[in-house]
Amino acid sequence: MLKILKYVGYDLLRSRWTYIYCSFFLMISLSLLFLSSDLSKVVISLMNIVLLIVPLIATMFGVMYYYNSREFIELLLAQPIKRSNIFLGQYIGIAGSLSISLIIGIGVPFLIYGVFNSPEIWNFMILLVTGVLLSFIFSAIALLIALKNENRIKGFGLAILVWLFLAVIYDGIFLLGLIWFNDYPLDNFAIIGSILNPIDLSRILILLKLDISALMGFTGAVFQKFFGTGLGIAAAISVLIAWIGIPAWRIKSVSQTKDF
Amino acid sequence: MISINKLHKAFGKNKVLKGIDVNFNEPGITAVLGPNGSGKTTLIKCILGMVIPNDGTIILDDKNIKGEWEYRNKIDYLPQIARFPENLKVKELLSMIKDIRGGEENSERYIKLFNLEPFLNQRLGNLSGGTLQKVNITLALMYDSPLLILDEPTTGLDPLALVRLKKLILEEKAKGKIILITTHIMSFVEEMADNVVFLLEGNIHFEGSLQQLKTNYKSEKVEEAIAKILEGKNYNFSSNGHSKRDVELKIQPNI
Repeated sequence: MLKILKYVGYDLLRSRWTYIYCSFFLMISLSLLFLSSDLSKVVISLMNIVLLIVPLIATMFGVMYYYNSREFIELLLAQPIKRSNIFLGQYIGIAGSLSISLIIGIGVPFLIYGVFNSPEIWNFMILLVTGVLLSFIFSAIALLIALKNENRIKGFGLAILVWLFLAVIYDGIFLLGLIWFNDYPLDNFAIIGSILNPIDLSRILILLKLDISALMGFTGAVFQKFFGTGLGIAAAISVLIAWIGIPAWRIKSVSQTKDF
Repeated sequence: MISINKLHKAFGKNKVLKGIDVNFNEPGITAVLGPNGSGKTTLIKCILGMVIPNDGTIILDDKNIKGEWEYRNKIDYLPQIARFPENLKVKELLSMIKDIRGGEENSERYIKLFNLEPFLNQRLGNLSGGTLQKVNITLALMYDSPLLILDEPTTGLDPLALVRLKKLILEEKAKGKIILITTHIMSFVEEMADNVVFLLEGNIHFEGSLQQLKTNYKSEKVEEAIAKILEGKNYNFSSNGHSKRDVELKIQPNI
């Protein structure tokens, strides 16, 4: 797997898109830091961008990379190498290079602004960690969708739909649910509802760390009350890791039985 | 070396292989022929483990290949379409395959033969189709495996490269390898093949030497013999309305 990972990495780290993605975050972080010297506020603004853009790009990139490397995968499949290693190597390569772009794009401006000497360092770190986790989650989902759909247009459409659902529509339905069942105790519903959506979960994770109750909303408040801050963060991170594990395991099992 | 027993494969409702029984044991060149959609590529992909059969076994050197991957060390494969990661350099692609397979290789020879030196440091995305096919051939031939599988090797090659490829294939044959080639080009079969396997709608309709094919169908050329197999089939289907099994029986006794 490491061999595949190495060469997928070579390929992607030279890709134009990796650089465009990286410079996008460089520019956004630099301009936000330029506009406000309050690192905490910048982290919150960046959070909103990261929560929307990282899943979108990871989804598109994952689907695109798989469809583009279709014939190459066939070449690899004819080599003496385990199937699961090819796909997991590719997956980690894609998610890894997106994560590196993100870490450089956000990390360098904050380094310049001296984040290491600031009390905001841990808030910043949690932003990076969620960004990386989201890259891994959504590229796994994207790869899985691409693996299951031979038709590129269907694959792209479905991947975008999943992103749209988790990033936008889900919140709307969730909110409606909360309003409709206003008269009932909703704590458990709110916890389950936010665990099921990695983007919501990431938002709660960052806000729990930032400890800004005003921005936290109902779910965040329930989470904090339920878990207490430390345990809440640990729970959120483990659920996010499960969000990586399940699609990655599916990639492995789908790839075992797929015909090329 | 390879024995295939009752191999079945369906993609959804479309049955592509319907109980193939065939052995590839004799060294030499075997041409796998058949019209589009007859199951040639599927058969080859089953041997390579890229397509997973619904039923039947493929035994390679006394070992069932199901779920295995080490056996592919014994196979060199030239895929039909050459497409590689755009941002990798030719050199890196070669070292990747070397990394995966390990052991002795002679890529240098083919790099020289196809004049690939100037391209070694170029990205694969910048190469022309012809050069890509040469890289593809280098990848397929750089290891000395006992089984060589070529899927439509002549596609997209210029006449000079084609002549060279034929020479290379004959060289590999001289080493005593088993070589499987799928192709549409009958003159290529005539010139190169020792044996022919003819597939039609997922069944094998002829298996034997090139000479046998010609004598059985009283033809001077492979093309004519193949046309006769196809005609015979159409005739039975259209005028007599026999079932498919009848058609098979009519053709099978010739084998």
